Amino acid sequence: MAIADLANPSRFLTVAQPVLPWLAAISALALVLGISQSFAAPDDYQQGAAVKIMFLHVPSAWLAMFCWGLMSIAALGTLVWRHPLADVAGKAAAPIGAAFTLLCLITGSLWGRPIWGTYWQWGDARLTSVFILFLLYLGVIALWRTVEDPSRAGRAAAILTLVGAINLPIIKFSVDWWNTLHQPASVFRLGGPTIHPAILIPLLIMACALTLLFFTLHLAAMRNEILRRRVRTLQIMQAQKTAE
Amino acid sequence: MNAHVALFLRDVRLALRVGGGAWMGVLFFLIVVALVPFAVGPDSGLLRRIGPAILWLGALLASLLTLDQLFADDREDGSLDLILMGSAPLQLAILAKALAHWLTAGLPLVIAAPLLGIFFNIDLLSMAAVALTLLVGTPALTFLGLIGAALAAALRRGGLLVPVMILPLTIPVLIFGVAASNAAIVGPVPFGTPFTILCALSLAGLVIGPIAAAAALRHAD
Repeated sequence: MAIADLANPSRFLTVAQPVLPWLAAISALALVLGISQSFAAPDDYQQGAAVKIMFLHVPSAWLAMFCWGLMSIAALGTLVWRHPLADVAGKAAAPIGAAFTLLCLITGSLWGRPIWGTYWQWGDARLTSVFILFLLYLGVIALWRTVEDPSRAGRAAAILTLVGAINLPIIKFSVDWWNTLHQPASVFRLGGPTIHPAILIPLLIMACALTLLFFTLHLAAMRNEILRRRVRTLQIMQAQKTAE
Repeated sequence: MNAHVALFLRDVRLALRVGGGAWMGVLFFLIVVALVPFAVGPDSGLLRRIGPAILWLGALLASLLTLDQLFADDREDGSLDLILMGSAPLQLAILAKALAHWLTAGLPLVIAAPLLGIFFNIDLLSMAAVALTLLVGTPALTFLGLIGAALAAALRRGGLLVPVMILPLTIPVLIFGVAASNAAIVGPVPFGTPFTILCALSLAGLVIGPIAAAAALRHAD
């Protein structure tokens, strides 16, 4: 079944309805596996048990950026291909991405206190650019809530999403371009990861688990948004009928 | 006369004539900058250190205020529809409006900044540095603000939506503007490094701003 077939909201709902419980179950299992593996992983020789905050912090960061990337593709779907459900996908993803960004900032801050000695450092490029990403998420959500008509709001939010996408490479390469506080890349780099497999494997399992959780929440949110728009249309039709 | 030049001159004339949009921006700049010594206290050493940063913040907020109405007035009297229907590329028409806005709203801030530097006891070299960085950085603020103004053009009760959308994008401009000002005053970073990045941000804004704003206006109905 191609993406074009799912463009019909009703067909999307009938496909999503049975998928959602399975997706939720798999996410829960993966999270249980990931969390148990994280607890079983060895302590770091320097950081001790504090390194385990990484198992939540790094996947949250990856998902925060992945979500904006997903929203950017949805934005292209709205503006270029006029896919009917593209703006629904973008609107549903924004709060989830904001939550993961906030989780990344908070866990990173809690991790920084024992390791770096400070909760925050304003001069660091990665901290600043992820904070800007969080503000951009809030801006897109604000735009969605200010424009009344959903399809017009969708097009406006799509443009803002594409403009904000320039922040993603800045976040990724910020630790390469500036050498301040946040450590350089350890996983996605030329030459392969520099983390020992005993810690890398639980990290990847947690990343997969949180990604599955993201898709579960996203699918559920898309369903809610489609139903919300139907309620709105029905209310408008009702108001027109009583006005006659 | 070229259509874009005509649009540019029209916008300049309107901004200088109607309601003092240009003067209001400078006045707001003055008031905001004057509030800071009241809030922070009279310690002149502290004021001298934060002076360039406060001038940059004031310029940022003042240019945001004047950007709101960039497209709203034209939409209300119907000239935005004429511009959209025109045969000239919309991006260039928006660029003409943006340049007119910068000339009437951004440039007065640049001229006012050294005078307001007196509030902060800043010496001549520092004032010149701040003014130069503002000269190069305020175009970036105008071009980025274009995007927010175009997205919110159709809203009547937009309120604070445009600043909320645009301020995160202007944070890099602010960072490098203040970094360049401080580099000229105290070093140790050479002035050229943040200054050239600031120039690059303005040039990137010159391209991205009108394109995004044109897309926003075209998709608005």
